[in-house]
Amino acid sequence: MPKKYHIETRTATPRFVPIGKSTILDWEGGCLRCFKCVKRQCIYDAYNKRTFDVKQLTDTIDTICKNCLRCVQSCPGQVITKILNPEYKTMGDSYWTPDIISREWYQAETGSIPVSGAGYPGPFSGPGFDDMWTDMSEIVRPTRDGIHGREYINTMVSLGRKLTSLTFDDKGKPVLDAPREIEIPIPLIFGTLPFGSLSPDVYLAMAGAAAELDTLIEIPVEAWDKDLEQYATYVVPVLSEEQIQTHGHLIETARVVEIKDSGNSEGALKKLKAKHPEVMVMIKTALNESCPQRVQALAEAGADIIHVYADRNGNVQIGDKTWFVKDAVRKVHNYLVDRGIRDSVTVVSSGGIAMAEHVAKGIICGADAVAVDIPLLLALECRMCLRCAKGLSCPVEIENVHPQWGKTRIMNLIGAWRNQILEVLGAMGLREVRRLRGEVGRAMFFKDLEAQTFGKLFGMRDQGSEK
Amino acid sequence: MRNEMTADSDHTWAIPEVRRTPDRFRNAIGKYRLRRSDACVACGTCAEVCPYGVHIKRNKKMATPKHYLCVGFSCNKCVEACPEKALSLEENPVTGVIGDRRWTPDLLISTWHMAETGDVPPGDIEYKTGDSGGGFDRLRFHYTEESSNEADKAAFSTRIPLNRLNDGRGKVEIGIPVYGGGMSYGSISINTMIARARAWQAWDSFTCTGEGGYPEELYPYDDHVITQVATGLFGVREETIQRVKIIEFKYAQGAKPGLGGHLLGDKVTPQVAKMREAVAGSSLFSPFPFHSVYSVEDHKKHIDWIKEMNPKALVSVKVSTPTDVDMVAVGSYYAGAHIIHLDGSYGGTGAAPEIAKKNIAMPIEYAIVKVHNFLQEEGIRDKITVIASGGIRTAYDVAKAIALGADGVVTGTSEMVALGCIRCRNCESGRGCARGIATTDPELTELVNVDWATQRLINLFAAWRIQFVEILDRLGMTDIRELVGRTDCLRHLDYEGAKAVA
Repeated sequence: MPKKYHIETRTATPRFVPIGKSTILDWEGGCLRCFKCVKRQCIYDAYNKRTFDVKQLTDTIDTICKNCLRCVQSCPGQVITKILNPEYKTMGDSYWTPDIISREWYQAETGSIPVSGAGYPGPFSGPGFDDMWTDMSEIVRPTRDGIHGREYINTMVSLGRKLTSLTFDDKGKPVLDAPREIEIPIPLIFGTLPFGSLSPDVYLAMAGAAAELDTLIEIPVEAWDKDLEQYATYVVPVLSEEQIQTHGHLIETARVVEIKDSGNSEGALKKLKAKHPEVMVMIKTALNESCPQRVQALAEAGADIIHVYADRNGNVQIGDKTWFVKDAVRKVHNYLVDRGIRDSVTVVSSGGIAMAEHVAKGIICGADAVAVDIPLLLALECRMCLRCAKGLSCPVEIENVHPQWGKTRIMNLIGAWRNQILEVLGAMGLREVRRLRGEVGRAMFFKDLEAQTFGKLFGMRDQGSEK
Repeated sequence: MRNEMTADSDHTWAIPEVRRTPDRFRNAIGKYRLRRSDACVACGTCAEVCPYGVHIKRNKKMATPKHYLCVGFSCNKCVEACPEKALSLEENPVTGVIGDRRWTPDLLISTWHMAETGDVPPGDIEYKTGDSGGGFDRLRFHYTEESSNEADKAAFSTRIPLNRLNDGRGKVEIGIPVYGGGMSYGSISINTMIARARAWQAWDSFTCTGEGGYPEELYPYDDHVITQVATGLFGVREETIQRVKIIEFKYAQGAKPGLGGHLLGDKVTPQVAKMREAVAGSSLFSPFPFHSVYSVEDHKKHIDWIKEMNPKALVSVKVSTPTDVDMVAVGSYYAGAHIIHLDGSYGGTGAAPEIAKKNIAMPIEYAIVKVHNFLQEEGIRDKITVIASGGIRTAYDVAKAIALGADGVVTGTSEMVALGCIRCRNCESGRGCARGIATTDPELTELVNVDWATQRLINLFAAWRIQFVEILDRLGMTDIRELVGRTDCLRHLDYEGAKAVA
């Protein structure tokens, strides 16, 4: 059995007052000056603990308040009320919702998984990753108790090609030309960041976390900094074909390099393999209509890992239709399975990985591992305002993070994610994340369940109701 | 008040009386808020025109309006009648911070109204469905009849039997097709527990102890208590098994399907620890699954064991909703269960990982249909009672669950809401529930008065019963048992042919 893997988490308080969901309005006018003010009875002691953050000109009460509304409901003068914080509502976009962003902050601060009472508050189902549920085992199929540590659930995946058959020489001895393989203890790597106020310290924080987690981090060669050398074996330099010539020294120290697919990268791949036979090559190619065939071609050309990507919200353009990343990956996976070459290559997918559940669902739909990008920035308090993309200053000064603090925040987030992955694997009765790949039988899809139940009762589903 | 026929002639039962029971906090939350400007001359016109008692004139002054009784723009009478134009009406901004897609602010407010008055709210407050965009929230009844007049409504029955095996065990019936879900001593306060037992006794139905032992305070209500045998076996003794009419095996729960239970150390007070025979202050894990059950045969052995210990009691099997839930249900029947209790993935009251609540297992709406159909195909549907739970919030959800194929339902969160839960969802943090419902903190526990809480629950289900009768009436039925599996009475707004009912 492999050594038990554990992610150390440690509270890492935010540098800036996080944007809370609601805000308290308490005005002096109408205050009756009660001897026993409701503010003194707050069970969370919020009114006592509140301070005023001079730098951000913000009252801290909204992050302490837990919305029990006792003060609102008990104040005799009715001078206290709570309203939705308009700043909260405008964070992110329809995919990266304020709830996702604030939960990421919570996990990065505490390393704890989000827990709450009183049932599930969200919509019945939704687009993207929200149109599927993961299965559980009951009575005749035992579950695994991963989270409390009584049973070890392995989240390790291996990256690289696998032998599909053995060959023998004329003396009958096996000729072993085993391809290189890297094992990472969590089924995710850190992907290239689509935006961000990225300074060397930000990369140091992320690379430090990747090293400690024993996974990989993609960093464009343009962002290379001397301080990153200590993490060189965890860094995947991202190169264009031309940069293979100019950045040989980075390829030397890396275990994996990534090349952006030009549509004709087989030549570059060959050149790279000839010059640096030790290095594994990951090719990043877009999910699109011809992606399955492209992945097959790249696999046959000798790529070790293929990184298929959607846009940052997980959208893929196929013809005049928009697909979601998990469905596009499922197509790639099934295509490779049908041709009997699925195990000859590792498939990493990215785009729209925003929550721990997306890692599990992405793997169910056929990826070996996923690449996480924006959540790494969210761990560093990013508010997704995208001012950086317009060349404006970052409101939470991400460029000034202390590498050690940033590393802790990212490890907390990934630690919390891993514990959640253990929860769903345990419920499914799996002890190996590798067994989850392509296991759609361990999931239930909205379309199928509707067809099996309401479809039989009410006939055809309206086309217009597909959101 | 009126008696309903019961199966057991020695046993008579009267529908409990509704008594107006307002919110325990000074400012109840409503959908609307009125503002009165300084222009008010306290003439009292508003108090005269308001049909809902929002405005009160006292000692030549106008009292602070009872905002929560206001029905809003559809009425607007006071605003229009005010000679000084001193009144203005707005939607209460607090509605922006309470509720969510499943429990919308309207559903919370209407549940509070029902718990106060025992009837449905007036005005435009949506009390039937939430905004989740699927399942119950997209199902509607297709009525065939006009509502008949009030006098005829005495003829309706909402009672259901729970033992359909006819195996010589208790002929247990309940007054409405609803009973209370398992909430343990420790996860909720003793006051909440007693109030639930008293309210369910009044409705001739049951509350459930959950997995946390059987507090002595519940002994007077033994005939209306279901005791739970769950994987941690906390507080389970031969003596507790023998007290009750129904014993529930909890294999899984919808809030965290496939995961064990977890009571945080903070909530394990000396009393809780004693009840569970554990150590105060240390977290208590209830494993998943029963490590003695890995087959239907093992499962039967468990049920036989309980049946041997209590020869009169019924056995309920509570399971969650995996993809093969229909097989699990059939297996439970063959193992000898009287009740198969399906707990869907969106419900639950206790603290659970959000990833589990959102993702693991299927919503109850699907599970009911799958199980009902499969039991029918097996020819055993009329031999077992199907109970559904997990995200059932309103009387309409109950009726829809029954029309989809359940015999009855189990509630949890709606009871908490009736007691003033606002779904802040911080049940697990700090001293526990800020409203004293789900806490073991002695000071917070005192926030809930047992008499008050009992009456709030009685009122809520009185309002639900009115709605059940209304639905039956408009479907041309007189007995709730006629509604089971009548999917022909339902339309789904996302499917063709639903336009007519929308």
